[in-house]
Amino acid sequence: MTATYPNDIEAPTKGRSLWDDARDRLLANRAAVASMIVLAVITLLSIVGPFVSPHDYDAVYRDYVKVPASLEAYPKPDQVQPAFEGLAKRARLTIDSFQRDGDQVVAEVTSRREIDPRTIRYIDRSDLFTNASIGDFSENNRFAVLRADINYMHFYFGTDSNGRDLMTRTFMAGRVSLTIGLLATIVAITIGVLYGATSGYLGGRIDQLMMRVVDVLYSLPFIFFVIMLVVFFGRNFVLMFIAVGAVEWLDMARIVRGQTLTIKRQEYVQAAEAMGVPDRGIIRRHIVPNTLGPVVVYMTLLVPKVILLESFLSFLGLGVQEPMTSWGVLISEGARNLQGAAWMLIFPSIFLTSTLFALNFIGDGLRDALDPKDR
Amino acid sequence: MFKSLRVGALAAALMAATSLTAVAEVVLHRDNGGEPETLDPHKTSVTTENNILKDMYEGLIGLSADGKLIPGMAESWTISDDGTVYTFNLRDAKWSNGDPVVAGDFEYSLRRIMDPATGAKYATVLYPIKNAEKVNKSELPKEELGVKAIDDKTLEITLESPTPYFLGLLQHQTGLPVHPATVEEHGTDFVRPENVVTNGAFIITEFVPNSHVTVVRNENYYGNDDVQIDKVVFHNIEDRGAAVRRFEAGEFHIVDEVPTEQMAHVKSTMADQLLVAPYLGTYYYALNHESEKLKDPGVRQALSMAIDREFLADEIFAGTMSVAYSIVPPGIDNYGEPAYAEYKGQSMIDREDEARELLEAAGYNESNPLKLELRYNTNENHKNAAIAIADMWKPLGVEVSMLNTDVKTHYAHLRDQGDFDVARAGWIGDYSDPQNFLFLVESDNTGFNYARYNNPEYDALMDKAAATLDLEKRADIMKQAEVLFMRDLPFIPILHYSSKKLVSDKISGYEPNLRDEHQSRWITVSE
Amino acid sequence: MLRYVIGRLLTAIPTLFLIITISFFLIRIAPGGPFDLERPLEAKVMENLNKIYHLDEPLWMQYVLYLKNVAVLDFGPSFYLRDFSINELFAQSLPISIQLGTSALALALVVGGFMGVMAALRQNGPGDYSIMAAATLGVTIPNFVVAPVLTLILGVWLGWLPVGGWGGGAFVNKILPVVTLALPQIAVVARLTRGSMIEALRSNHVRTARAYGLSAYLVIVVHALRGAILPVVSYLGPAAAALLTGSVVVESIFGIPGIGRYFVQGALNRDYTLVMGTVVVVACFVIVFNLVVDLLYALLDPRVRYD
Repeated sequence: MTATYPNDIEAPTKGRSLWDDARDRLLANRAAVASMIVLAVITLLSIVGPFVSPHDYDAVYRDYVKVPASLEAYPKPDQVQPAFEGLAKRARLTIDSFQRDGDQVVAEVTSRREIDPRTIRYIDRSDLFTNASIGDFSENNRFAVLRADINYMHFYFGTDSNGRDLMTRTFMAGRVSLTIGLLATIVAITIGVLYGATSGYLGGRIDQLMMRVVDVLYSLPFIFFVIMLVVFFGRNFVLMFIAVGAVEWLDMARIVRGQTLTIKRQEYVQAAEAMGVPDRGIIRRHIVPNTLGPVVVYMTLLVPKVILLESFLSFLGLGVQEPMTSWGVLISEGARNLQGAAWMLIFPSIFLTSTLFALNFIGDGLRDALDPKDR
Repeated sequence: MFKSLRVGALAAALMAATSLTAVAEVVLHRDNGGEPETLDPHKTSVTTENNILKDMYEGLIGLSADGKLIPGMAESWTISDDGTVYTFNLRDAKWSNGDPVVAGDFEYSLRRIMDPATGAKYATVLYPIKNAEKVNKSELPKEELGVKAIDDKTLEITLESPTPYFLGLLQHQTGLPVHPATVEEHGTDFVRPENVVTNGAFIITEFVPNSHVTVVRNENYYGNDDVQIDKVVFHNIEDRGAAVRRFEAGEFHIVDEVPTEQMAHVKSTMADQLLVAPYLGTYYYALNHESEKLKDPGVRQALSMAIDREFLADEIFAGTMSVAYSIVPPGIDNYGEPAYAEYKGQSMIDREDEARELLEAAGYNESNPLKLELRYNTNENHKNAAIAIADMWKPLGVEVSMLNTDVKTHYAHLRDQGDFDVARAGWIGDYSDPQNFLFLVESDNTGFNYARYNNPEYDALMDKAAATLDLEKRADIMKQAEVLFMRDLPFIPILHYSSKKLVSDKISGYEPNLRDEHQSRWITVSE
Repeated sequence: MLRYVIGRLLTAIPTLFLIITISFFLIRIAPGGPFDLERPLEAKVMENLNKIYHLDEPLWMQYVLYLKNVAVLDFGPSFYLRDFSINELFAQSLPISIQLGTSALALALVVGGFMGVMAALRQNGPGDYSIMAAATLGVTIPNFVVAPVLTLILGVWLGWLPVGGWGGGAFVNKILPVVTLALPQIAVVARLTRGSMIEALRSNHVRTARAYGLSAYLVIVVHALRGAILPVVSYLGPAAAALLTGSVVVESIFGIPGIGRYFVQGALNRDYTLVMGTVVVVACFVIVFNLVVDLLYALLDPRVRYD
């Protein structure tokens, strides 16, 4: 391996650290690399997508409530005339003739009363038409010609139950879910690993005490904890991390502690102890790195848990509030619309699932790369 | 694994065999929409309990399949000229253990529900009975209650003041009787299937919490010969999507409430089995009259005007609600046409222009927006409605921030006079009378008057209506009150509820009605 | 060892006491009480109810009263399901949840363990990737999606299995809930097994066993798996506690009368006694399973000692 890195030979003082090694091996893992690309693309879409998308994430299109995903533009050809007729009816106009000329519609309309020129607002406010104009009034103002351009829009992922573009919302949701998935997981893992390693390494009474604290926290009614946070601090994005972090590190701590019990009997740890390395040093240099295998695997499981937990927090009023959204919220909405509006479930699920898949393969790659015995 | 699979197959075969032998038994599987909290008719408070209780017990007044009041345990009755004394003649009926139903049972039952020791949540419904409120508040002994068994067949009920909807109250689930001897013997455990004695068409055999309640035919019921069903299983499930799927799979005959999300699917595949009917309830937004921003009546009117109710009803609620321009739902008894808002027939464009002018006059526009906080209890429909309404208000220069909490937190906040601008709420009538809607914002109604509306003129009208015997005059007075309501807008009425049921084509005798009550005794299941 | 177990069980008492105390006061901070309905009750009616359930007494008195009752294993009446006591509710529901949870756990261990071992033996090969991808699918799709999709396909469209209901515990009624519960666990077990199996296969004692020419089966099962299962065991402690105490999602979608729903129902309805009951049940499960895990550790890995 060194042969391919002549730098190492030229500068032998700079040894290859565990981390350099791990990085190289991770990059050699094709599944992991592909996953990193996928993850990067999703992240990029979440950050840039809402700016690039032609729709605002909170724009309500009242004429497009729950329209299916489609590559073709809306309105579909067969929607134009009925929609126009409906609008004319609301404006109390009768259509004598209706003509579609490319992207424009022209209609001759009559009314029993005088036609109010404001009626074009009915046409304009519709999401289907734009640039409406009315002219060629007859003498008694009861006959006129109404023109309007068809306003084409694309909804590649369909729309939700308020007629908002699901694609933009899925991108936007990605920001929330990726942030919470990443940050809360890091919080949970940091606390969990340090706590678990300390507990397991120190052992004896301290271990017992520390683990009983975990038991207590594990048993407390989480929902009340959340409700309490909402009541006292109102809705707050930071609190969400606290709430999630506060529960999710518990499992981590247990697993790391278990691993530590085995590791601390290993020869190299005992050697370090014999050499008088302080506890903190042993935990940091020997215990924690060696627990990383299961930790990484567990992390890839924690991310989906956290992302979905967020939707439950939103239910209790702690998570994101409308019009912001998250994948968890979108998917739980989608699950309720399974029959009838399946696209509301499918597209956010694709994003969540591919993110998690990518994370899993990266996790496996990391685990393999970090494995100290696998060199 | 394989072994247990075989055992399972065997069990299934056995079950199939037994169901063949019992082919004569007619079973109705009803989705009950949720868990009953109790099956004690005096502790009851919700519709999930009402559905079951009305099958098990029968009060003085019954309800026909189409929701009309009919004689129940009382065969006939007379009302004194001043409208305060009701004398009921009981029919020959029996409890499920063979005991006759006597007037004393009703005397006992009505005393029991007013007894503070019972802890009845809905005792208030029967407060029009003389001394009821005082008994319930431990100010008088329960013997002082205005209910007297003259003899076994005659019951006399005296009221505090004339109450034109009193028979409707007796039909309410709180008016159901209990079997005194059983209650005395078993105390609160009288509700247990092994103890209970009922006087209705069915009797309970099983209550599995979070699962189902099973009731079977009561052979001693006076109308037993006309009851077509042998057994009713009430499935107490909350998950609406699951209820529809179980209906599709043939596991349920009736779905209590079709969720809005599933309407499109239901309409496209089972339209012939879908029953949508008006229901006695109003969906509204309470406006805090103590909030500085909402002090101006023009602002409140503008907010109401700009709501496109047709869009909400048709698109957001997929046709499961109807538009509301009055707090009292149309079709209610003792009323006539409600006092609709003036803009009911106006075009949306005119309404928006007018609303914009009103807000402009109050100093709000898009550059100086009116910032409102909208609270709602977490629920998919409430959320969608809130988003849509916020979107309708936005062009007028109203900026809405939303806050959702779980239902207990939401209502506790409103009731405890918490700070808010706009809050979602809904009201389902307990009885078919406008009073049951208009009393919500009486200034002394601290529990329901979330708006903290305080208008002595309104209160005076409501008092006057309560003292008026003549139904038409009473209706007029209440209508005047509703006009004030629609002028001052303590609540913005947005939609009226509808009942939305799926009823299998195997079912007959099921008639949609305003009360949305459907006793199993009227229903038939064909194979 | 016995001394250790007794010691652990003794520490359970102060732990439980602490859990009960913190929870008791925590749940009272939340706004709204058990008798707040969508429509508020008349003040006096509320007072009557509070009196019946001793909610009118000072909080510390209620606490002492509760402790007294719990000491004799009486968890009080449910405030929400008013016809039942907490003991009755749990007596009915807990066995059902335990039954479902154990089945799911067993399924997850067998299937997940097998998948993990197979993947480890084919590390980084196509077999590894496809097995892991299949397992991953289980954990990436949330159960509130899996459950309706499964019922829709197998129940509504194909009509092979009941869509919901417990059916008195009939086998056919259990299939879908157990599978739904097991899917994410299968994924976890498979991943953890794969990870530690790879490590174990490279460890000295397995290499030695191989060098002795022991059969592949023996090497895998007796030597490698025994070491590899440790992280799985420490995961299973909390996982089993969570599985056996039911799942609100699975129970509400399939209409199963387990105790999972009581956690959410109790909390949202402010049914204080029900919440406290669930807290105690969870605490007992957590304490017991953690003890079992620790003992298993010592059993599986001779290097681990408790002294």
